[in-house]
Amino acid sequence: MQQLLNTALGGLTLGMVYAAFALALVLIWRSTRIVNFAQAPMAMLTTFVALTVIDAGYSYWIGFVVALLAGLALGAVIERFVVRHVEGGPEINAVILTLGLFIVLHALASVVFGNRYRSFPAPFGIRGIEVGETTIGLTGFGIFTVVAVLVVMGLLVALFRFTDVGLRMRASAFNPEVARLLGVKVGRMLTLGWALAALVGSLAALLIAGGSLVHPGYMDSIVVYGFVAAVLGGLDSPLGAVVGGLLLGLSLSFVSGYLGSELVALAALGILMAVLLLRPGGLFAQAQERRV
Amino acid sequence: MLRIEGLTTSYGPVRALQDVSFTAERGKVTAVLGANGAGKTTLLRTVSGLVRPDSGSVHLGEHDISRTPAEAMPALGLAHVPEGRGVITELTIAENLHLGGLGRGRKVKAGDLDRVYDLFPVLGERREARAHTLSGGERQMLVVGRALMAEPSLLLLDEPSLGLAQRITAQIFALLRDLVAEEGLTVLLVEQNARSALSLADHGVVLNLGRVVADDRAEVLAGDDQLRHAYLGF
Ligand SMILES: Nc1ncnc2c1ncn2[C@@H]1O[C@H](COP(=O)(O)OP(=O)(O)OP(=O)(O)O)[C@@H](O)[C@H]1O
Ligand SMILES: [Mg+2]
Repeated sequence: MQQLLNTALGGLTLGMVYAAFALALVLIWRSTRIVNFAQAPMAMLTTFVALTVIDAGYSYWIGFVVALLAGLALGAVIERFVVRHVEGGPEINAVILTLGLFIVLHALASVVFGNRYRSFPAPFGIRGIEVGETTIGLTGFGIFTVVAVLVVMGLLVALFRFTDVGLRMRASAFNPEVARLLGVKVGRMLTLGWALAALVGSLAALLIAGGSLVHPGYMDSIVVYGFVAAVLGGLDSPLGAVVGGLLLGLSLSFVSGYLGSELVALAALGILMAVLLLRPGGLFAQAQERRV
Repeated sequence: MLRIEGLTTSYGPVRALQDVSFTAERGKVTAVLGANGAGKTTLLRTVSGLVRPDSGSVHLGEHDISRTPAEAMPALGLAHVPEGRGVITELTIAENLHLGGLGRGRKVKAGDLDRVYDLFPVLGERREARAHTLSGGERQMLVVGRALMAEPSLLLLDEPSLGLAQRITAQIFALLRDLVAEEGLTVLLVEQNARSALSLADHGVVLNLGRVVADDRAEVLAGDDQLRHAYLGF
């Protein structure tokens, strides 16, 4: 019983992080039809920025905020000056480009920050909380993880739903030509979309890093899990990405807890294959849109 | 109001407009007619900045807008309802209208949408529904309403009657007639259905293979048997 609870709690916490990373991928896919494989090293770079700030003697929170801002800026710069050139072109160009960025950013991190493991601090306890006699598998940092992801998602939903900028961004993603005719500066909206996605990616990276070790490749497996979660949710749906992330986190946690942690990557691949074969539109594929 | 001079537009090697010149008068409806592939859509897309012309100029009032990007047009008072309508189906009806209002570059207030809901009560009843649930006729009302949200002085319409029942087309044409008469709106109307377009329009321009082959008052065009048989098909 206790193991069940702990596995579920661990899965939910991890699922929130996958959800955030999946959301970052979905935000970009929705607006530019690009799967941003470079999301992992982009996010990784910003945690190294945080680490540098923290090592320079500033608090964890300053490092945290600086990393998120760095993510925002990095996303904007990469869209505006790199990705802009392949938008609207053949899809393979964009794939090659983001894979190329993946390699370049990795190399950059190794050169600038060193290719070794470094420990990353956590602002809250990373030991299980004690309830009476037993320790449950929920840590202070785990609670922070869940809250941080929920807050950022809530802010994003509010932005998209209730603000003019959010409406312009959605219009640009759904129908760029009509959006232009209605006066929307679509290019600027895409830049903003990439910036926000990179911020969410940075958040996920900071949450993975907290209380553990980081090195230039530490986010690489997460981009795979984030991608699986996004596909699970249908790639086009932010809500789907979140549900997909939670489902994946739970599933992988149970695989790891009951079958063995060496099977986790295989299980993720199995889930991806199953979704692509059985429900290629994702678990929540909507009915075909009506065309008139 | 809208003065087009020597406009030439190509898609790669395909020349879609060749030295097109004409004027659309303020407060009048000018119909652009011609067979499939004559270049009507290209003309509107060039005027609204979606396509760059090779040469020639477009003046909106005193402004030369021939190099102005499409997203800057609503602020200049130009609204373009594209071919195939351009409803953003993923957004709600209210969001589509709100977006239209943003084109003018100022805040949209809740009451601003009411004018459109008064014109088209079906839209008002379903304001929070996604636009993909609308029928073809309702979508046409939505895009016309959305264009009006930006309070344009020049409205470009690309085949608004396409696929619509005669009754709905008549309703939309009647609305246009009112807007032109009461608010001095200028309309450039592309139509496949030349007969009904000329009944609404003051003036008509006929395109064939990218060139202007006739440019005259609507009654004159409608009364020209040879022209009707050759290009207008009625
Ligand atoms: N994007 C494009 N690329 C290449 N050629 C194009 C493109 N759009 C239009 N054309 C060509 O330009 C010419 C004019 O097309 P246009 O769409 O302007 O005609 P139209 O008068 O609007 O026709 P319709 O009545 O069928 O809508 C046609 O020969 C068409 O094939
Ligand atoms: Mg056309």
